[in-house]
Amino acid sequence: MSPVLKTVHLVKIYSDGAVPVPAVRGVDLQVEPGEFVAIMGPSGSGKSSLVHMLGGLDTRTSGEIWLDGRRVDTLSESAWALLRRKKIGFVFQFFNLVANMTVADNVELPALLAGASPKEARERRESLLGALNLTERADAAPGQLSGGEQQRVALARALANQPSVLLADEPTGNLDSRNTRDVLRLLSDVHKQGQTIIMVTHDARVASLADRLVSLFDGEIVDDGRIARRRTGTAGEVIDLR
Amino acid sequence: MRLHLLALLAKEPAHGYELKQALEQTFGSAYPSPNIGQIYVTLGRLEKDGLVRAVDVEQSNRPNKKVYYLTTKGREVLMTWVDEPTEGPRVRDEFFMKLVLAPLTGIADRMALINRQRRHYLSLMGDLNDLLSRTEPGDNVAVLLIEGAMLHLQADLDWLERCQEDLT
Repeated sequence: MSPVLKTVHLVKIYSDGAVPVPAVRGVDLQVEPGEFVAIMGPSGSGKSSLVHMLGGLDTRTSGEIWLDGRRVDTLSESAWALLRRKKIGFVFQFFNLVANMTVADNVELPALLAGASPKEARERRESLLGALNLTERADAAPGQLSGGEQQRVALARALANQPSVLLADEPTGNLDSRNTRDVLRLLSDVHKQGQTIIMVTHDARVASLADRLVSLFDGEIVDDGRIARRRTGTAGEVIDLR
Repeated sequence: MRLHLLALLAKEPAHGYELKQALEQTFGSAYPSPNIGQIYVTLGRLEKDGLVRAVDVEQSNRPNKKVYYLTTKGREVLMTWVDEPTEGPRVRDEFFMKLVLAPLTGIADRMALINRQRRHYLSLMGDLNDLLSRTEPGDNVAVLLIEGAMLHLQADLDWLERCQEDLT
């Protein structure tokens, strides 16, 4: 099996200020199809810079990025943008929905941009909104939705083009416990269906859904390993009322 | 468990097995099922301290069972417990001791300890997620108990991150 995404000694140095600031310092990462990778680390450890580079939202300083067997960091900006529409889904902490488009149009747009026919885009939208219990909100404007609903729409939008990789940057950072639960359920479902997910998060509940944890510190990977799936025992092992 | 049993007996007199059932029903699936032996031992001690009184009730074809009542002294102790603020959690963390002490011996590296612990916490969190998904959403007490455990675990992970920033 060839990796869906690979980086080779990836480096990002921000040189806007007086002193160059290294954010990512030589990351070698390989993600297999269907893997769910959580990326954790203190703020300033380079997590966001890393996923932004993986999604082509930020340029690398040096190193290589490979997506579906193709080197992408050397592509022109427009070629990268085209490829991204087809292969990458992105969810952020703030939903970034298009305010003056309906929920349905927000979700259909990426599929259309990726080259799907209007019929395919509509079917995909209907199935995603259905899975997220948002069918009745299809004609609403994003502003009429609660934060949790907006994040579910953002997730549906990110999945609309059936991306090779779903990238997420603190997708539950802004949500209360109940809405986090909805997002968790969806992530877990699409992961079971084989969706590859790479997610930056501080939220241990979300991270615990992943198969694998990559820890960043000072721009470098300091830990990369599987999260053990134990056969769940009884509550007594995790909760102690004394 | 002493005060939990007193609280249940304040509602109505009961025998040991009924108390076990009442605990299970109140706290739902998240509560580690109480050991019946431990309940009887605790009731014995409460009786010795004069906080409960046991009365033998005859049963046909079976040995007598003991029904426990709350005494006036027991009610006072219970009231005091309810009226006082409850101590907050104390930070006395086994892992933290290990993290501080183990590297001094030269047998462990702090970064490695932290990384392993982080994955362990996430694995525990996975268990809590599973437990939550198996719990009836309407079972408020059980859901809140699990959410409480999750929030504590999240705090432990955040603390781990602070340790990593300042100790490695």
